[in-house]
Amino acid sequence: MTPQDFDYLRKLLRDRSGLVLSAEKQYLAESRLLPVARRHGLGTLADLVAKLKTPVPALANEVVEAMTTNETFFFRDKIPFDHVRDTIMPALIAARAREKRIRIWCTAASTGQEPYSLSMVLTNFRAQLSGYRVDILATDLSGEVLERAKTGIYSQFEVQRGLPIQLLVKYFNKVGESWQIAQDMRDMVQFRPLNLLNDFSPLGMFDLVFCRNVLIYFDQPTKTAVLNRLVRQMPDDGYLVLGAAETVVGLTDAFKPIHDKRGLYEPNRDARASFAIADIGSRFAAKR
Amino acid sequence: MKTCLIVDDSSVIRKVARRILEGLEFEILEAEDGEQALDACRRQLPEAILLDWNMPKMDGYEFLRSLRRLPGGDAPRVVFCTTENDVAQIARALHAGANEYIMKPFDKDIVEAKFQEVGLI
Repeated sequence: MTPQDFDYLRKLLRDRSGLVLSAEKQYLAESRLLPVARRHGLGTLADLVAKLKTPVPALANEVVEAMTTNETFFFRDKIPFDHVRDTIMPALIAARAREKRIRIWCTAASTGQEPYSLSMVLTNFRAQLSGYRVDILATDLSGEVLERAKTGIYSQFEVQRGLPIQLLVKYFNKVGESWQIAQDMRDMVQFRPLNLLNDFSPLGMFDLVFCRNVLIYFDQPTKTAVLNRLVRQMPDDGYLVLGAAETVVGLTDAFKPIHDKRGLYEPNRDARASFAIADIGSRFAAKR
Repeated sequence: MKTCLIVDDSSVIRKVARRILEGLEFEILEAEDGEQALDACRRQLPEAILLDWNMPKMDGYEFLRSLRRLPGGDAPRVVFCTTENDVAQIARALHAGANEYIMKPFDKDIVEAKFQEVGLI
């Protein structure tokens, strides 16, 4: 692939998904995009880039989907799910005793293992959640992976990474050589395609947001912008979960880490107050 | 260093499992069937047992039931590793005292995940 073609692909990915592809990731682009080129009867990546320039929006979407890493597994990193069971759900159940509504958002749900892991954790709270409405919204940039997620069907390999055998027996049914998560678990999750670069305020407020291993693909200003928009969708007593290798430190003071709970953050009330003052100030200035 | 007893009548599977588990820093013992495995456990109980189901002489299920009746036999973490993949079979293994269950074919990630799940790593 010529440097010009690679630059074109990098720009296309950045503009459409926020994904930042570093120069040393050329091998990744080649291995993932050659199958896309061949599906369209194009022999080389140069042909693919030429076709993209015509332009063909559907093909550009396919390129973005192929480049988005979808690696995930049940109870990935385990600790965040322990936080949900031991800290977050008990606190939210108590705090929402009046509204009896809890909203959870998985921002990069991929093939569904993360939201379904959450639905399995929530079954521990069946008695306490009696009379509550709990929504789990699972979004992803890729509509293709969400279609797979909706079926709840996983290969034997996929159900053996992170999923304790007791939960497999309890919540899954064998379908041929694959495994399908039970209907009541699937009913707890709603799937919807969403690009985090676009406005997500219409989705409403969320008490718990899982945003794991997605910000790592964005550049610094995009990470900051996404986090600053996320905090507006959360109440003061909401929770944000980031990936094991991610942090808000150095990006924004909209969230602050929760002591002794790795990967867990809460909206920073003090920073929120200063945001509000800045907002009023800018509106006042605009009126003048 | 923890010890893992690999029980499988296939020398190929034992070799593959040995390579993976040595990579996870286990000291390895091997047995070809349930009888040999039980003899080994009477001599010295390992911390972990990776156990096939279908074997000559004594199968994995019978071995597990006998192991759990030995003095201190409830201590080893037992991970079944078998082609048996029916829900009923898995439930039977858990009822007999298995701690985890691997459905063949397997790879390093699966073995590592399952050993982590039962606190061996």
